[in-house]
Amino acid sequence: MLSCASLTKTYASGGRPLTVLNNITLEVDPGAFVAVLGPSGSGKTTLLGLLAGLDRPTSGTVHLDGQEIGALDEDRRARLRAEKVGFVFQSFQLIPTLTAIENVQVPLELRGEVARARAVELLTRVGLDDRRDHYPAQLSGGEQQRVALARAFSTRPRVLFADEPTGNLDTATGATIIDLMAELNRDTGTTLILVTHDLELAARARRTIRLSGGRLVTDTAA
Amino acid sequence: MTPPGFVLRMAVRELRAAPRRLLPLVGSVAIGVAALVAVASFADNVRDSVRAQAQSLLGADLALTSRRPFTPVARGVLDSIAASGARVARVTRFSAMAYVPRTTGSRLVQIEAVEPGYPFYGKIVTVPAAAWSGLQEGRFVVADPSLLAALGARVGDTLSLGDTRFTITGSIESAPGNTGLRTALGPKVYIPARFLGETRLLGFGSRAEYAAFVQLAPGRPAQAVADRYRAPMRAERVRVRTVAEDRNDLEDTLSRLTRYLGLVGLVALLLGGIGVSSAMVVFMRQRRETIAVLRCLGAGAWPLLAVYALEAAVMALAGSVIGAAGGMAAQRALPRLLAGLLPIDVQPRISWSAAAAGVGVGVWIALLFAAMPLLSVRRVPPLAALRQPYESEGRRRLDAWGAAAALALVASCVVLAAWQAGSWRHGAVFSAGIAVALLVLWGAAWALAAAARRWAPTRLPYVWRQGVANLQRPSNQTATIVLAIGFGAFLLGTLLLVQANLLRTLRLTGGPARPNLVLFDVQPDQRLAIDRLLGDGGLPSVGPVPIVPMRLQSVKGRPVAAILADTSNDAGADDSGEPRNGWAFRREYRSTYRDTIVASERVVKGSWWHGKEAAGEVSLESEVAGELGVTVGDTIVWDVQGVEIPTRVASLRDVEWARFEPNFFVVFAPGIIETAPQSFAILTRIERAEDRGVFQRRLAERFPNVSTLDLSSVQQTLEGLISRVVLAIRFMAFFTLATGALVLAGALATSRFQRVREGALLRTLGATRAQLVRVVLAEYLSLGVMASVAAVALALAAAWALARFLFEGEFTPAPLPLAGLVLAVVGLTVGVGLLNSRDVFRRPPLEVLRSE
Repeated sequence: MLSCASLTKTYASGGRPLTVLNNITLEVDPGAFVAVLGPSGSGKTTLLGLLAGLDRPTSGTVHLDGQEIGALDEDRRARLRAEKVGFVFQSFQLIPTLTAIENVQVPLELRGEVARARAVELLTRVGLDDRRDHYPAQLSGGEQQRVALARAFSTRPRVLFADEPTGNLDTATGATIIDLMAELNRDTGTTLILVTHDLELAARARRTIRLSGGRLVTDTAA
Repeated sequence: MTPPGFVLRMAVRELRAAPRRLLPLVGSVAIGVAALVAVASFADNVRDSVRAQAQSLLGADLALTSRRPFTPVARGVLDSIAASGARVARVTRFSAMAYVPRTTGSRLVQIEAVEPGYPFYGKIVTVPAAAWSGLQEGRFVVADPSLLAALGARVGDTLSLGDTRFTITGSIESAPGNTGLRTALGPKVYIPARFLGETRLLGFGSRAEYAAFVQLAPGRPAQAVADRYRAPMRAERVRVRTVAEDRNDLEDTLSRLTRYLGLVGLVALLLGGIGVSSAMVVFMRQRRETIAVLRCLGAGAWPLLAVYALEAAVMALAGSVIGAAGGMAAQRALPRLLAGLLPIDVQPRISWSAAAAGVGVGVWIALLFAAMPLLSVRRVPPLAALRQPYESEGRRRLDAWGAAAALALVASCVVLAAWQAGSWRHGAVFSAGIAVALLVLWGAAWALAAAARRWAPTRLPYVWRQGVANLQRPSNQTATIVLAIGFGAFLLGTLLLVQANLLRTLRLTGGPARPNLVLFDVQPDQRLAIDRLLGDGGLPSVGPVPIVPMRLQSVKGRPVAAILADTSNDAGADDSGEPRNGWAFRREYRSTYRDTIVASERVVKGSWWHGKEAAGEVSLESEVAGELGVTVGDTIVWDVQGVEIPTRVASLRDVEWARFEPNFFVVFAPGIIETAPQSFAILTRIERAEDRGVFQRRLAERFPNVSTLDLSSVQQTLEGLISRVVLAIRFMAFFTLATGALVLAGALATSRFQRVREGALLRTLGATRAQLVRVVLAEYLSLGVMASVAAVALALAAAWALARFLFEGEFTPAPLPLAGLVLAVVGLTVGVGLLNSRDVFRRPPLEVLRSE
């Protein structure tokens, strides 16, 4: 489903090459729930960016649903994202000028689909049916992240990437978000890649990958 | 493939939120378009008015004019035209002294001795209205109200013109073609032509224009008649003009005026473009995260660019439409500003074509200026959504698209400028000038930021260092601000300098010891008596300068009649089928003879005779020599009252005509034309205006044929006209200033939030309000000083170039107006800066820091 081989990312930082990710190889089965753990600067976000095709690796390959991402240009990768990938960000990243329902509609519209009914269905699913015409600034943090979840699932993605989705939320609210994600993962069969440094959250995953200094340290199935 | 529906939907949704943020863009476009539409619409109205009024301006279907009385041949032609059913009215125009015995006032006036019927088209409106229709019935005159005011006269008074006493029966309310320029040499007076002879004003050497106005029988095309008689009349030195030819000339002249105004308007639009660009940069920066997220969700870079381009286009359209409406309102002011300069009544009407063109140009220019910031959409990496303060490495290399956008912008500027200026050459020169100004200002801004970085004044107190450091902070607005203020100041400075220089050239006349009164047409037997009159009053007498009227007989062996009839000559032909340089061959030359060279002229080729044996030598003014196609060594034969005088060109001279001294196209060496019939000009200086009036009156009583020209009043009239033109240009420059202020305000507003936070932080750390004020002061003081210094340098260069190449005079900088300009600009910048920062000083720090 999702795999990478010898994945390495090096940045030129102040004239000196800085290796952020070093020779990572892993494979993720369809429908899996994987947590990527590690301290700040361990390369978690970089790995996520590379797996999702947001950036190109310095060396190594990423295969998503049978396609080698490195071989695609940015526009093809964008199409791939539109078709197969969902995102949840730490800071929600809702578009401030769109209402809740419009935010959920965007990925579907990008695929040229009529989106309204599906967006209503998803907002109902995350319990925000009555706030569909509110702007992000009028929603609380937890509500914004729920809208973001609805948006991420709107296209029935094969893989959902979540980058510290609870990082900006209090514990209780964070827990409901993770519950929701796990539920959706179960119901839809979407592969879930969760980046976090919260051990409690990671414990919910069925597989845990630990990174340190850009290297894969452990890879354990629950 | 991102579906087009998505682009549209996103653009509409973004527009809901955008208007507030893109207001600076709308404003910048609006003012520029308003300037363009005002001028274009005014130009359209001028053209329509010229077309509608050309016939009444000429007053007839055909006009035949000559600088000498019609020859028997010419009269024969007129008779045959009249025999074919046309009406003919002859008019003689000349200057003479008018004198009102009751008030003892006298003044040089322009007399038009008209035959019944004139004008055939258009109306001369008098008060009372019957004065014009009854003019021919007796020794009556109607006069400009300005004459009545100047002489203290009123309707019913007696007016002496030469030997005849007329009764003033009315004042002229309006006459076609009456402009400030036409009345500069004296107010107008109409008299019946049949009394012209008895005034005995047209003595020897008087300058007069003889005209015959023709109204053709209905159905006879004027152009055909004109073409038929043109060649034979040319040989008689009579010029034939039709309404169409007159109209074309007038349209050319007026479109030149509107073109210059249009160029000033274009500057406003281009400056507005910079405002658009800076508004878009800020807008795109705000949208960066949104763009990154949309990219993560799978939107392509180009469709996203389309979303924001669509948005920019809609806002630009809104701005252009607002601007076009504003321009329509503003153009109503232009005819009023130019009143007295235009020979026609301009009726302000809405010109839809001007509005449409303005809107089109506005949207196009706005989009081109928005293109660069828009293209940055493609450089937003989707990764920016994950890593928030993700700053791209700052490598803003110009790719092919960016280069294409820049090229399109430059090309559009050149095309627009060429369109406004009416010629590719002028368009290119104008664009190059704008480019140089932009480069210099941008260079000044860059130097300022670089200096702030390199030589950060470490010794200065902290607040000053902080202020200076602000000039080169990330995403600073230094360049935009310097451009916005600098451009307006540059334009205004150039205007100030040009005006000061033009007026100074004129005022040279008023210098002490310079003659300010010229006595014309002094006959040889009057010289002594006039000298005595001057001597008795203790007045200086310069001259007498002999004036000998003459015509060209042949040039380089070719008879003038043959040259005039030859339309295939180098200079090409004008509308009337005459060579373009025809005037130089046809005109009456009023020449002089003397041994010495005077201060206002300079020999540029050949040598002056300086007492040498100089049989048959003349010196020509260099421009007229160019028109005649002669140079040193060529032969010219003159016709002096029927006597042929062969001469050789010994030298060419450059003449400073603006100095109001008796200067001549042709100066003869002594010993050639002393015995020819001649009149004299005598110059004198009388300090006080009342004394000049008294003297002119005494002279008019004793020597009615002698005209006096009061140079001071001519100068005043010219100064008034220059001020009017400057006022009109300043009116257009105002648009540029307004745009500059808007761009400045927009640039400041973008960094406002950041500044308020910073200020709050500094205050939390213990900075006092006074210290914060000084930080702001240091920053805007340096900005204002840099912008105004660069602007003044540019203005000096531009004004020098204009003085040197356009007005062909000397250039002297005017330090006082420039110093005032610098002070005003610096004051404005600091003022706006402090105003923009008032929240920094006013709001409590905690409130600011909490309100994330």
